[in-house]
Amino acid sequence: MKFGNRVRFWVGAAVAMLAAGTVQAQTAIPVPGPTVTAIKARGALACGVDTGIPGFAFQDSKGAWHGFDVAYCRALAAAVLGDPEKVRYVPTTTPARFTVLQAGEIEVLIRDSTMTLTRSVQLHLDEVATNFYAGQGFLVSTKLGVSKITELNGATICTLTGATLELNIADFARTNGTKIGTLLFEKSDEAVAAMESGRCDGYTDDTGSLAAVRSTLKVPADWVVLEGVISKEPLGLHIRSGDVTWRNIVFWVDAALKTAEEAGVTKSNAEDMAKNSKDPLVKRLLGAEGGFGAMLGLNNDWTLQAIKAAGNYGEIYDEFFGPKALDLARGQNKLWSQGGLHYALPFR
Amino acid sequence: MRLFRALFGTPGTAVLTVAIAALLAWTVPSLLRWAVAAATWTAENRRGCAPGGACWAFIRARLGLFLYGGYPPAEQWRVNLAAALAGAALLGCLFARRRRGAWFALLLIGVPVAGGTLLAGGLFGLRPVPTADWGGLMLNAVLSFVAVGAAVPLGTLLALGRRSPLPFVRGLCVALIEFWRGVPLLGVLFMGLVLLPMVLPQGVTVDNLVRALVVLILFASAYMAEVVRGGLQGVPHGQREAAAALGLHPLQANLTVVLPQAWRIALPGVVNVVVDLFKDTTLVSVVGLFDLMGVVNQSLKDQSWLGLAQEGYAFAALLFFGCCLLLSLAGTVLERRLRQRPEGG
Repeated sequence: MKFGNRVRFWVGAAVAMLAAGTVQAQTAIPVPGPTVTAIKARGALACGVDTGIPGFAFQDSKGAWHGFDVAYCRALAAAVLGDPEKVRYVPTTTPARFTVLQAGEIEVLIRDSTMTLTRSVQLHLDEVATNFYAGQGFLVSTKLGVSKITELNGATICTLTGATLELNIADFARTNGTKIGTLLFEKSDEAVAAMESGRCDGYTDDTGSLAAVRSTLKVPADWVVLEGVISKEPLGLHIRSGDVTWRNIVFWVDAALKTAEEAGVTKSNAEDMAKNSKDPLVKRLLGAEGGFGAMLGLNNDWTLQAIKAAGNYGEIYDEFFGPKALDLARGQNKLWSQGGLHYALPFR
Repeated sequence: MRLFRALFGTPGTAVLTVAIAALLAWTVPSLLRWAVAAATWTAENRRGCAPGGACWAFIRARLGLFLYGGYPPAEQWRVNLAAALAGAALLGCLFARRRRGAWFALLLIGVPVAGGTLLAGGLFGLRPVPTADWGGLMLNAVLSFVAVGAAVPLGTLLALGRRSPLPFVRGLCVALIEFWRGVPLLGVLFMGLVLLPMVLPQGVTVDNLVRALVVLILFASAYMAEVVRGGLQGVPHGQREAAAALGLHPLQANLTVVLPQAWRIALPGVVNVVVDLFKDTTLVSVVGLFDLMGVVNQSLKDQSWLGLAQEGYAFAALLFFGCCLLLSLAGTVLERRLRQRPEGG
């Protein structure tokens, strides 16, 4: 079989050309508790992020990653490895994101992904925590003179192909007895261009994306984001089911970032508060008391490192969605004590 | 006068000329105003760009990413060196008067080995650069080069196999060619991405780039095989008979008499496949590889540079047009050089 050998030879040559070691065999991952071992062996956290979405994950001109989800990757790496730079970012596309996680190419998926029943049950994933409460909202022309979603009758809305956005509108219109037309596009740039040229009266997407779109409009004052949302999109942190230790670590790092905001611990004062604070809550949060880090198999300064790396939850939000960034009102993403939904379990 | 007659010779052409001139007068000035007159060339971020004009500062700020992707800036000289090597070998193939065989060997064997070592690193004290960091135009070039380099011999083998008198070999080659020509590239790329991890044992991962490469090679080979088969059919049967009469073994006859002529006939088609493949490499951006289109798409999401899709896509289109033009030119030069040689046989 000369022919088959030649095929193998050429395929082999292509592989060899790309250097030995591109085909990696990793040790199989048994349960429980091996994820941290794998991260430490690699010396980096493999964190699945979006290929690019304003606010959540994007690369700057130097190629460095930034964003709300990226800050979570940094916090996790800091908690486990003590260094927020030790992250291997794996950009994942929408159809491949969960497969990449299941195949063990990443340890955690933080990619503006909605947590749902099927993803948990059918895909065998653990939905550990919600880091962003989003929902489908509307950005419409002020010419419509509309301020609430329920008043949208007879309007045409530009949106993206893919079932849920369109389906949500149809469901919403049917329940309210109104008529909302839709105009479908493949890319948000196209949809927004169509909206600005007057082919439709507005644009619908998740609230985070709406904020990004509004910041690019020629005359932002001519457009308004309507109050309210028509769907629940709790975006969260996904891991493979099975490793309880890893699940606890991811869960409590998220809780630590939110508790830090509650307790007034920030990126800049964390070090100082860890040493000098008299508040027992702060002492336990920052590892001066309680020994929670050791219980999770980490150093006791795990939360301190995470907060120093990313800031507390409010700081992360402000950096990417605050008035100086995409300018999206915090709404449901406020802490429970301020009327929002983020309610971290207590550190004790 | 000849120009005037060509433009306004008959009422039909006159109307057409006026219509086209009006269309150009309508569109070109506003395009020029956007692209040149009102354009901003240096700015810190999008807010520094004047409204109504192109924001080329965005392209300048991200040029490194567009060309090299995530390749570490300190190591980018390696990419440049590999590109220079490939360019030199290609020029040698096109313009050398003697030892052209040696130049082709250098291009098809020396450049992949040296270039692969340079890009991937890990040998001779070069810092290893994981393929996940490869990107931008460099990734398109690497994918095309490897796919074409492998597809030329593989496609030739398939073409010869398709004309083989042995039914099993013929059937296998026909099946391979027809399968890979009959499935969409995008679909196979997705399959490699989504299905492969399910089939492989837990924990074994195949590099994303290798997956895309294997698919591209098989695709290009199938198309190449048909182009080469066209060339083979263009070689008069007498050539093969003459070679046999001289006592040449069929393999010798193929290598020294038939294939050189077949390749010469097939060359325009081969260049066509190469240009096509180069543009097809942009499809890998859907499987999480950051080729030029992937990087452009991602750059549009940078919060400091939101809403600059026109500039990004215009730049990508110009860059691709330039590269494809160079490829076509190289093909034309090669065709002319081969024609200059005295006809063999």
